[in-house]
Amino acid sequence: MIFGEDLAGIVLGGLAAGMVLFIVSVGLSVTMGLMGFVNLAHGGFAMIGGYIIVLSMNRLGVPFIPAVVLGFVLTATFSVVLERLFYSKLYRAAELDQVLFSIGLAFVMIASVIIIIGPETQPLILPSWLRGQTDLGFTTYRTYSIFLIVVGSLIALGLWLGFERTRMGAQIRAAVDNRKMAESLGINIDRLFTITFAFGSGMAAIGGGLGAEFLGLDPQYTLKYLVFFLIVVAVGGLGRITGVFYAAIFIGVMDFVLKKYMPQGGTVFIYAITILILLVRPQGLFGRKDA
Amino acid sequence: MSAPDFAAHPATSALVNRHRLRWWEPIPWILAIGFFYMFPRHLGFGNEMLVMVLFALSLDLVLGYAGIVTLGHAAFFGIGAYTVGLLARHGIWTEPLSGLLIAAAVAAIFGLLSGFVLLRTTGLTLLMLTLCMMLLLEEAANLGQEWTGGYDGLDNVPIDPVFGIFEFNPLYPTTQYIYILCVLFIGFLIVRTIVYSPFGESLTGIRENTLRMHAVGAPVRKRLVICYAISAAIAGVAGALWAQSNAYVNMSTLSLDRAATVLIILVLGGYGRLYGAFVGAVAYMVLSHYLAKLYPTAWQLGLGLMLMIIALFARNGIIGIFESLVARRRGKPAS
Repeated sequence: MIFGEDLAGIVLGGLAAGMVLFIVSVGLSVTMGLMGFVNLAHGGFAMIGGYIIVLSMNRLGVPFIPAVVLGFVLTATFSVVLERLFYSKLYRAAELDQVLFSIGLAFVMIASVIIIIGPETQPLILPSWLRGQTDLGFTTYRTYSIFLIVVGSLIALGLWLGFERTRMGAQIRAAVDNRKMAESLGINIDRLFTITFAFGSGMAAIGGGLGAEFLGLDPQYTLKYLVFFLIVVAVGGLGRITGVFYAAIFIGVMDFVLKKYMPQGGTVFIYAITILILLVRPQGLFGRKDA
Repeated sequence: MSAPDFAAHPATSALVNRHRLRWWEPIPWILAIGFFYMFPRHLGFGNEMLVMVLFALSLDLVLGYAGIVTLGHAAFFGIGAYTVGLLARHGIWTEPLSGLLIAAAVAAIFGLLSGFVLLRTTGLTLLMLTLCMMLLLEEAANLGQEWTGGYDGLDNVPIDPVFGIFEFNPLYPTTQYIYILCVLFIGFLIVRTIVYSPFGESLTGIRENTLRMHAVGAPVRKRLVICYAISAAIAGVAGALWAQSNAYVNMSTLSLDRAATVLIILVLGGYGRLYGAFVGAVAYMVLSHYLAKLYPTAWQLGLGLMLMIIALFARNGIIGIFESLVARRRGKPAS
């Protein structure tokens, strides 16, 4: 049945794109929810992480999985340095200062990568076990997309468990809902933020690397997809892991469908839907009104 | 003791004299006229600069005075540009001055409508809404290819001579320069009057403490929407001037790039201080014009560092640095 195969392809392709969106955006959502920090340089961490992953594979011959781990660790470490040096100075600053600082940082990241590595696109060369097609019984589809869906679901599940079932997760949730109250209860928000910031940047790095296969990876990645990450965060609601997950899947599938059937200007609908959702629910689809 | 003499109080005179002309205020205009005679070969560049000054002024009204953080101000610039471009290209209206007014009206209506729905929100939501609104328009311009020329835009937009006498000449854009300078001057006067009026004062109040302005009974949202619409109209005029002087319109007028540029210009000069738009536009345009051609990557690096430094240390931009230097020389602590 052609329609069934087509539908399965759309769902699987959209899901894979949504998973990557989720992995990149989840850190942005939590850090924005925690500190209200508008971090427009988040795409830069995804870009740098992607570079670490792809270059360590292509130039140093590191295998795929260790390269992803390396990208996570290095980017998270790098982000802690930036967080302690600069971001921490701007937590209580006006939104505009945060916007300017992070746009500036994004520019610096782009220019630095162009100077050090060059402006060209870096290809992600998949290991042989991720290439080709896999027979799922009802349809055959690209192995890598299925891999992304599996990995993304596992990460989402892991994050959800960490968020809902651990002490740290409870502290983050408390701080997102009411920072002052959480602070008065003795939760060290600054430390919490540093850890989530590092973790979120590390996740972005993984997303940048995994998504390089279909999003491409060049220095301009930093700002090219920023709007999408922001849309996912705004629609999902700040600091809501499940919200970001559903929003990412929704936007991912929609973008995939629109690209397929309306290659020119299909994004109009994504913007329009975002505007409608934010007008009806300014706190996002899954955000809490008072948060 | 008699009742305190309010009229003689220094605070009263400070408030009353706020709008008086300062001795240095004519300087930018003298420089602008000087530029016309000194650099006749660079008038095209001068035009671009003046247009950006006007655009930055319009942003200053919403961002610097009313405190509305928007990432989508290029929406109105683009609306103004496309209004003029579409009307002229499809042979409906080619007279330049009334074209500016039409562009202002269209942009103001859009500002009024979008402001009415958007300005209920704040923070990240508002940021995203203004951004998405602009990107939506950009995509719409891309989609409406038959009308807007899509990605390539509209070129050879015909514009009548100003007052039927002064032709627009693309090679020697003297008419354009004087025309834009005059419009900029009028726009500046309007913004200056608004800023120092009670209405402008109440905008500053909303920026500083929205809750308290609600508490004293100020119609906060109404004022914000009106301010937004006025700013939109001025941005629309800036866009219309851009389209007229270049004789083309393209999607760059609606892009995130342009919105970010005008934001950077304003912040570089110093927002909430009228002349920040002038200083920022000249500093940014001159630097980008020369550096960006020679070393595009280094320019982006320098621009990024500059923004980081401004956000961390010099929140009032170049004018702010200058002000604190003056204050220090007079022995007063910098404000």
